[in-house]
Amino acid sequence: MADGNTSDAFVAFERVQKSYDGETLVVKDLNLALPKGEFLTMLGPSGSGKTTCLMMLAGFETATHGEILLDGKPINNIPPHKRGIGMVFQNYALFPHMTVAENLAFPLEVRKIGKSDREAKVKRALDMVQMGDFGGRRPAQLSGGQQQRIALARALVFEPELVLMDEPLGALDKQLREHMQFEITNLAHSLGITTVYVTHDQTEALTMSDRVAVFDDGRIQQLAPPDQLYESPQNSFVAQFIGENNTLSGIVTAVDGELCNVTLDDGETIVAKAVNIAGVGERTQVSIRPERVEYNKERMAEGVHTLHAEVLEFIYMGDIFRTRLRVAGKEDFIIKTRNAPDQVRLRRGDKIEIGWLPTDCHALDA
Amino acid sequence: MTDSSFQTGTQVGDETDSQTGLMLAADGTPLKRSLARALRRQKVRALLLIAPLLLFVMLTFIAPIADMLFRSVENQIVSETLPRTVAKLDEWDADTGVEPGIETFEALYVDLFVAAERKLHTRLGTRLNYEMTGVSSLFRKTGRRLDDFGEVYEDQFNALNAAWKDPKTWVALLAAPGWTTAQADWAKTKKGAEPAFELRPGVAMMLPRTAEAYSEFAKFIQEVDQDSPTDEDPWTLVHTALYMDLTTPGAAYSGPMPDLIAEARTAAVNFTKFDLKQGFLDADKDWADPQVWATIKTYAPKYTPGYFLNAADMQLTPDGIEARPENEQIYGLLFKRTIFMSITITLSCIMLGYPVAWLLANLPMRTANLLMILVLLPFWTSLLVRTSAWKVMLQQQGVINDVLVWLHIVSDDSRLIMINNQFGTIVAMTHILLPFMILPLYSVMQTIQPTYLRAAKSLGATNWTAFWRVYFPQSVPGIGAGSILVFILAIGYYITPEIVGGTTGTFISNRIAYHISSSLNWGLGAALGAILLAAVLILYWAYDKIVGIDNVKLG
Ligand SMILES: Nc1ncnc2c1ncn2[C@@H]1O[C@H](COP(=O)(O)OP(=O)(O)O)[C@@H](O)[C@H]1O
Ligand SMILES: [Mg+2]
Repeated sequence: MADGNTSDAFVAFERVQKSYDGETLVVKDLNLALPKGEFLTMLGPSGSGKTTCLMMLAGFETATHGEILLDGKPINNIPPHKRGIGMVFQNYALFPHMTVAENLAFPLEVRKIGKSDREAKVKRALDMVQMGDFGGRRPAQLSGGQQQRIALARALVFEPELVLMDEPLGALDKQLREHMQFEITNLAHSLGITTVYVTHDQTEALTMSDRVAVFDDGRIQQLAPPDQLYESPQNSFVAQFIGENNTLSGIVTAVDGELCNVTLDDGETIVAKAVNIAGVGERTQVSIRPERVEYNKERMAEGVHTLHAEVLEFIYMGDIFRTRLRVAGKEDFIIKTRNAPDQVRLRRGDKIEIGWLPTDCHALDA
Repeated sequence: MTDSSFQTGTQVGDETDSQTGLMLAADGTPLKRSLARALRRQKVRALLLIAPLLLFVMLTFIAPIADMLFRSVENQIVSETLPRTVAKLDEWDADTGVEPGIETFEALYVDLFVAAERKLHTRLGTRLNYEMTGVSSLFRKTGRRLDDFGEVYEDQFNALNAAWKDPKTWVALLAAPGWTTAQADWAKTKKGAEPAFELRPGVAMMLPRTAEAYSEFAKFIQEVDQDSPTDEDPWTLVHTALYMDLTTPGAAYSGPMPDLIAEARTAAVNFTKFDLKQGFLDADKDWADPQVWATIKTYAPKYTPGYFLNAADMQLTPDGIEARPENEQIYGLLFKRTIFMSITITLSCIMLGYPVAWLLANLPMRTANLLMILVLLPFWTSLLVRTSAWKVMLQQQGVINDVLVWLHIVSDDSRLIMINNQFGTIVAMTHILLPFMILPLYSVMQTIQPTYLRAAKSLGATNWTAFWRVYFPQSVPGIGAGSILVFILAIGYYITPEIVGGTTGTFISNRIAYHISSSLNWGLGAALGAILLAAVLILYWAYDKIVGIDNVKLG
């Protein structure tokens, strides 16, 4: 795992804990290191401590325990305004009594940058977010997306090396959000800045990030590039949280290297990848992605173990078919199949056989 | 213009509209008009909703203010009480330096006689006394003597013919026969209204003074005494008037009792005369002072700027507008002091209230609520109690002085004077008005999200810069709202300055109250109030121009 190596990291959290009330830990033993230029996303349900982590990095909250390093130096005692970290807030926090240009000039003014220099930088930053003509407007006269761009420009105008964004797209509609996701990643990569991005939207996390840290209960549940996160979740929380997922619960009956046998609750035994199991005889949750399940015999690999299933629902979604099945006593087993010319369209009540590759099936913690 | 071309295509039937390019609603009426109609209906509904309050405010607020503004210029008392004198004074020129002629004295005699009977002359005296000291006693003294003036004639008429003693004679001579019958009918039952006195037609031509005097008499008897003129001896004024009518050449008499009149006319020539002017001068020699007459003439118009001039330390003299003597100029000082102290109080409230409001807005809910109770505590205590408490605190033998003496900060014989002066008023009023500053400030600050400060700091601002450049400007609307509230409340404050203000810490409102309740110079009180109102409106307007009233938020 990359998070062990903090010596050459640009930003590092070392055994950081945080408690607001002295009773419960909001952040529990956080270890995280990111190299310069990385786009890291903290993903997790609301209340999992993402904002708290960001605020500790920005200097608005102090860590109860542990150390935060920026460029190798501990910053616990540096006040926020000296950290030189750009921030984008969820509600943008554009100063309502200043024009857009004044908002952008603010960080330059407090840094005592000369007027001509300042104007040039403001103009460049506005052009960068394609808002060159809006310098004279007040934030209230801008749409949500425009405000978002200005907030971004303001966080970047003083050329910070690290930018923090706390759910910056949360208030935008879907289409605009997708557009802005693209723009933000482009900007971050072209400027080479290190970005810590917080979101509770998994698609956003997957599409934008170099790496994603999945938060839950004050801990990082998994830190990995998006594809790994999706394809090899480390625990059932990650498997559930990222993308769509089918789970079957059972008991581990045998372990054979990478693989293990799991006896499901209805008595059938399947083979799964032993990712995160407590041992033989212990309960496990087996996770299978809906698109990795096959029911077309001809396409199934040789020797794949199959299970009986009954079609409960067939939903035509255009590009894909989504079918809900009853499998091993569970009625929420979903499979997704591509709408190909030779694809069989199932009907309600059909009895079928389904199967998957053991490597697509992860035995995780119960 | 794209609209109009579009309209031309679709609205063929209605050419004018498509030519002018008006948008049409579905039923073909211009969109603007149907919109206006819809809005009007909304407005009417809104108006109905506020109607009870509007009515209440009209009756209890707008109407009294309008009345007050009216009183500040209203001056009908002079022309109503001395109508004849005022008319005669029209021809008199004050610059001549001599009192007016005998006709004016005759007119004054009639006016004052009637006024004295109706007991209006003292009110007029009080009114004119505002403008010239001594007029009040002049009117009072004269009023007491007027009755005597005509006694000479009454006695002589009565001696000449006993018929003059009988009220019926006068009625027969002067009253319209129709009225006499009606009056007699009324006297039987005394039910309903007494028929108003009517002069016999033509008598006003033949005996003009008598007719006028008797009319006044009859009116007075009917209105004030609610008796019948047929049973009452006329005033000596009437006798005097008759004497003058009979001795001055006029139209021949052709009414009832011609013999009686003829007899009186012959005898009157030899009657002992009473010199009216001398009578006035005997009553008070001030009647020879042209200044008195000039004052009456100056204040004769129905409306006068006099009260306002007075309120501005000026006066209306026969020679025009002049500044009052130095030692009588008090209102300018009072207005300046009121405004200065109100500004000081407002500033103190900002200084003390801002940090408290900030705390309130930033503390956790529970603590903030507790603090809020402390802020609101003054509202639960009577204003008088609070003000009196300050008296206890600040007086020379009071708590603060005692503590200072005990701490040896001041010596016992040089205790600080903190009450009954401006300092006391400012302290007490700042305390009393503080909640009015804190509450709007608090509600505005509550809307300022803490992320603004965080954003500013993340952009590199120090705590102070973040506050001053980001937080403070956003709290200005609260300061504005609080300041307007506090200032306007302070400028008209009365009780506190009255109790702790002494002589140097009183406000203009204390003076207004004095004129309303003690000196009873309502006109001046009203003028002062009107100026105060104007000052507040001007300040409000100036505030709107400088800061913008849109920038005032109560939350
Ligand atoms: N200022 C604070 N005081 C006390 N508790 C807080 C404060 N900020 C956050 N918390 C608590 O800490 C937990 C994590 O919050 P947060 O970091 O905002 O989560 P996230 O951003 O992932 O939704 C939540 O349970 C929240 O109630
Ligand atoms: Mg959050």
